[in-house]
Amino acid sequence: MKRVLDMEKRRLELGVGIFLIIGLACLAYLSFKLGDVRLFGGSDYAVYAKFSSVAGLKDRATVMQAGVPIGQVRSITLENGQALVRLEINRQVRLEEDVIASIRTMGILGDKYVSLSPGASEEYLGPGDFIMQTEPPLDIEGLLGRFVFGGIDDGGDDWGL
Amino acid sequence: MLRLVEALGAWGMRTVWGLGRMGIFFFLMMRGFFHPPKKYRPVLKQVHFIGTKSFFVIAFTAAFTGMVLALQGYYTLSKFGSEGLLGSAVALSLIRELGPVLTALMVTGRAGSAMCAEIGIMRIEEQIDALECMAIDPHAYLVTPRVIAALIALPLLTAFCNVVGIFGGYLIGVELLGVSAGAYMDGIYTSVAWNDVHMGIVKSICFAVLIIWICTYKGFYTGVDEGNFGPEEVSRATTQAVVFASISILMSDYILTSILM
Repeated sequence: MKRVLDMEKRRLELGVGIFLIIGLACLAYLSFKLGDVRLFGGSDYAVYAKFSSVAGLKDRATVMQAGVPIGQVRSITLENGQALVRLEINRQVRLEEDVIASIRTMGILGDKYVSLSPGASEEYLGPGDFIMQTEPPLDIEGLLGRFVFGGIDDGGDDWGL
Repeated sequence: MLRLVEALGAWGMRTVWGLGRMGIFFFLMMRGFFHPPKKYRPVLKQVHFIGTKSFFVIAFTAAFTGMVLALQGYYTLSKFGSEGLLGSAVALSLIRELGPVLTALMVTGRAGSAMCAEIGIMRIEEQIDALECMAIDPHAYLVTPRVIAALIALPLLTAFCNVVGIFGGYLIGVELLGVSAGAYMDGIYTSVAWNDVHMGIVKSICFAVLIIWICTYKGFYTGVDEGNFGPEEVSRATTQAVVFASISILMSDYILTSILM
């Protein structure tokens, strides 16, 4: 009789245990993988960029370089009439000092994202640095023109900010 | 005419009195957290009853909800040529809204009704009076383990429901309707924020307390108002418990959403 009771007890405990494991696994998946909660520091560093307009850009939008996601927009604030955007960039990615940040749209109805075009400088941006050259949305043609007709090697100190 | 006013007055007094009793019941239920008997086995048993046994019901509900969301979402989104948003549409509506609500409704139907009937039978068989005679706090003994168990089980069931629903949607969206798997999953990763998950967890915790509070309250006072402790009172109490719990879940869902937005 006691053995039967023990068996029943163990089955109850086993059932609860399995339930707790699966439930916690689902919760962990939702919060860490989907909700992007980080327990350990984080593998990102922050750089800042000032835009004259960020219309349509949302918090947590993707940051891409050459179409590859390398980070996220973490906060958008107003500073002296300009939009200050904080970008969290994956630690493995090093950004040249003269990268150009521009806001573009994915597809026609898609989300806005920040695109970083690689620079030519030997110097790299560290945590907390500012990206000096930015392009607001809707001015993609201008950026393209500047790219095509030179202006990469002179550092471009007369445009952008 | 006077009789009508009289009836209205009686109804008003009864309602206020009932609400007050419910408030006191809530207080006693919460006091059980600091009151003996502090045993973990009844809690374990209730987690088994509320959580483990609801597993398959929730899995089925969630899978089919996710699948139908994907189907309906695809129908709407394909009109705008933005099937790529299917993943985020399914995931957001599940995590923010449907997951917590459906889980709470299923738990009400499956566990809440049983709880109410169980406690109601204890009341009509005078077992609750016997507990009081033995100086055992019936609230701490009967109600509190259920609250703790529901507080553990409901958020976990909700998370399970969300995950199963998202993969149910994946099954239909990607395998059947041909949305690209990358677009589906990436849409979810980029659109779901911690805020959304947090909102779902807060909701499920509130629903857990609501379900247990209403269902055990209805069971606990079975037949007390009517002064009649027949078996038909148990069935009445159970029906009322399920109806009230479901209504209050849906109402509080709206209120919680507007607060947490």
